[in-house]
Amino acid sequence: MGNISLKQVTKSFGPIDVIKPLDLEIADGEFVVFVGPSGCGKSTLLRLIAGLEDVTSGVIEIDGRNATETPPAKRGLAMVFQSYALYPHMSVRKNIGFPLKMAGMDKAEAKRRIANAAQVLNLTDYLDRRPGQLSGGQRQRVAIGRAIVREPAAFLFDEPLSNLDAALRVNMRLEISELHNTLDTTMIYVTHDQVEAMTMADKIVVLSAGQIEQVGSPLDLYRSPKNVFVAGFIGSPKMNLVEGEPARKYDAATMGIRPEHMNLSTTEGEWKGTVVVSEHLGSDTFLHVNVEGVGTVTARADGEFGVHHGDTVYLTPEPDKVHRFSADGLAI
Amino acid sequence: MARAVSTRRKMFITLFAWGIGFLIFFPILWTFITSFKTEAEAIASPPSFLFFDWTLENYDAVQERSNYFRHFWNSVVISLGSTLLGLAIAIPAAWSMAFVPSRATRNILMWMLSTKMLPAVGVLIPIYLIFRDLGLLDTRFGLVVVLTLINLPIIVWMLFTYFREIPGEILEAARMDGAELRSEILYVLVPMAVPGIASTLLLNVILAWNEAFWTLNLTAANSAPLTAFIASYSSPEGLFYAKLSAASTMAIAPILILGWFSQKQLVRGLTFGAVK
Amino acid sequence: MLTPAVVLLLGWMIIPLSMTVYFSFLRYNLLMPGQEQFIGFLNYKYFLTDPAFFAALQNTLILVGGVLVITVGGGTLLALLLDQPFFGQGIVRILVIAPFFVMPTVSALVWKNMFMNPVNGLFAWIAKLFGAQPIDFFAEIPLLSVIIIVAWQWLPFATLILLTALQSLDSDQLEASEIDGAPPLSRFRHIIVPHLARAMTVVILIQTIFLLSVFAEILVTTNGGPGYATTNITYLVYAQSLLQFDVGGGSAGGIVAVILANIVAIFLMRMIGKNLDV
Repeated sequence: MGNISLKQVTKSFGPIDVIKPLDLEIADGEFVVFVGPSGCGKSTLLRLIAGLEDVTSGVIEIDGRNATETPPAKRGLAMVFQSYALYPHMSVRKNIGFPLKMAGMDKAEAKRRIANAAQVLNLTDYLDRRPGQLSGGQRQRVAIGRAIVREPAAFLFDEPLSNLDAALRVNMRLEISELHNTLDTTMIYVTHDQVEAMTMADKIVVLSAGQIEQVGSPLDLYRSPKNVFVAGFIGSPKMNLVEGEPARKYDAATMGIRPEHMNLSTTEGEWKGTVVVSEHLGSDTFLHVNVEGVGTVTARADGEFGVHHGDTVYLTPEPDKVHRFSADGLAI
Repeated sequence: MARAVSTRRKMFITLFAWGIGFLIFFPILWTFITSFKTEAEAIASPPSFLFFDWTLENYDAVQERSNYFRHFWNSVVISLGSTLLGLAIAIPAAWSMAFVPSRATRNILMWMLSTKMLPAVGVLIPIYLIFRDLGLLDTRFGLVVVLTLINLPIIVWMLFTYFREIPGEILEAARMDGAELRSEILYVLVPMAVPGIASTLLLNVILAWNEAFWTLNLTAANSAPLTAFIASYSSPEGLFYAKLSAASTMAIAPILILGWFSQKQLVRGLTFGAVK
Repeated sequence: MLTPAVVLLLGWMIIPLSMTVYFSFLRYNLLMPGQEQFIGFLNYKYFLTDPAFFAALQNTLILVGGVLVITVGGGTLLALLLDQPFFGQGIVRILVIAPFFVMPTVSALVWKNMFMNPVNGLFAWIAKLFGAQPIDFFAEIPLLSVIIIVAWQWLPFATLILLTALQSLDSDQLEASEIDGAPPLSRFRHIIVPHLARAMTVVILIQTIFLLSVFAEILVTTNGGPGYATTNITYLVYAQSLLQFDVGGGSAGGIVAVILANIVAIFLMRMIGKNLDV
């Protein structure tokens, strides 16, 4: 239940190749996140799996069966849309119950499932309201409820948290992770926010321009990015990527060092520079430093590090945390 | 304007605006008042505004003399008939253009709008002759056909804009929830489209009721709607202002009421999206 | 699903229109049926050189122009007024919009008889109050009288469209310019007017299309007279076709009317096309 395979899947809109030939295996129960910049094809990929778009070529298998030609209604998957896509003219109860009605489910059984989902999602008090009377977070939960009751083979989430404010986003992130732990069903989640990806995923698929750049666990991607793109995409703030003379010292065309892997000193170090901007959060300090011969470098210190705009500071990359990339961007 | 305006200025504007509004509305008001006067009173000088003997005799006279309700009924049948027929043809068309658009969709839509700009005189003769030969002159059916055709572009256009406001994702959600086309239409699309369909129906009934070219040229005693009936007062015998007023009041009242509810639809339907 | 609508409209356009074109090349009079003969462009020649045509063309232009000036000018002022805060906005709006919903035959007859009649009309009474001679509207200024009636009916349309456009103006823009130090008249000229200009253009184009076909008001008040004083192209074609039964001549006239309307339609379609996001 919940295995999904993509074999040499492509998608073109006219002359534009949005998804280049792509292979991917998703195991039952995994929480997989598709992440990448705008336009990388992550939403398209999700919609191909859902059946809302047809593949141009390739095969999609769901639980071992070829589902490439199967219409979305029959694939046994459930989707949570970015805009929630709730039926405005139906009550919450009817919204959640709609897929069960379409499946011709027995009324008593349907009622039980709806009540169950409502309880899990804290919606029991809102069952008779209309979507228009709910807050963003509540609508989000109704959308999830509608997906849960179907007991699908997999859940598909299309940037579900983008429309929520920052605080709510953090809460919902936790709720969705808990949901995954409870239900143990495959979840495929699309986002452009790499923090969401890192915190929620079992496995991350990094996409760029229709191609998979790397697949792996969050820590795999953090510790061993396969190329410059993944290195720069995963991790916040971004990894410092330096070319030229400083990189040659490390025997690479490009060298990368994460801001949190720099040692800071006001007296000595490998790179000498002037602080351009300093950000003091109390828990961390972020410095944007102009290093002679290197460029602008971001560094992070634990706690408070008291330098400010205009001060001189010395940065030393931790030697065993330096990433080296060849001229064509691949990790050495 | 989020700023507080001085009350004095507001009062001044209020008076001025009400004055202008009253002036513009006055002909309608005057017609209404005159309908309750006797004919002698109607042409009395100086004219009276409120203090005269209000009477219902004109309303009786109009109905007796001329079978008023026949013409009223003709108007109803023709407006409603052409609107419903138009909706029946337009709903599938607007549907396919809104949800399954092709490269030709834009051109087809614009071409449809352009047919509304064809002057009626350009086809007056052929239509007249065709109707004469088919025995459709002076029939309600013939008029329903013509009015359906001249208003079809507007109906299609309005439905198209309303359908397009239905978020595509909601229909996709229905598909993901297991609905095939029939269920998608029945349980999701139509309920969401009902307000749009109602608005279109409203505007079109108004336009058809007031249409005054084909209704004047293709009808005679039998199928004449109110537009043509009122026109017969242009060659009256004897005193007739009060009766004209009564007939007019009855003819315009329903549409005035409907019109008050349809201002937004008017902008949407008759500017073809060029003004938002 | 699209087919019935497309087929019907296609038929509606092509069949009668091509018949009109066909007839326009015939000498065909309904009083002498069966004697049609092909006469080429003669009908067009007669129609276009008929002094009635020049009068009709002139009247059409004056009618359309006059109504446009009154409705767009008055509509703009009314829109600006209705946009102001005052008590009872909703009701005043209803009062101002109402004339558009009155059927043309009623408007025309009410104005002609109860207002403009030189003996019994309200205007006559007002004139006498001031000791002036009442104007015999339809004898002395027939075309202007028709213009007044038509303008009264279309003023609400222009007002409504312009008011809608006005209310869609972002107040942020106005506030920003105020902070930048612009006085009210300058704000009006540089922000409000350009924004309205587009809506005004749409109003002008759409009204022109409809105003070219003014018919009922003329039929019911003057029948085109006195002489040809209130005959517009539409009425002229009607008179030739259904009153003189000159199918050939009337058809030529109808085609001329179509060509005139097309000229305006081209501009209107371009504006619509620009805004259409399909």
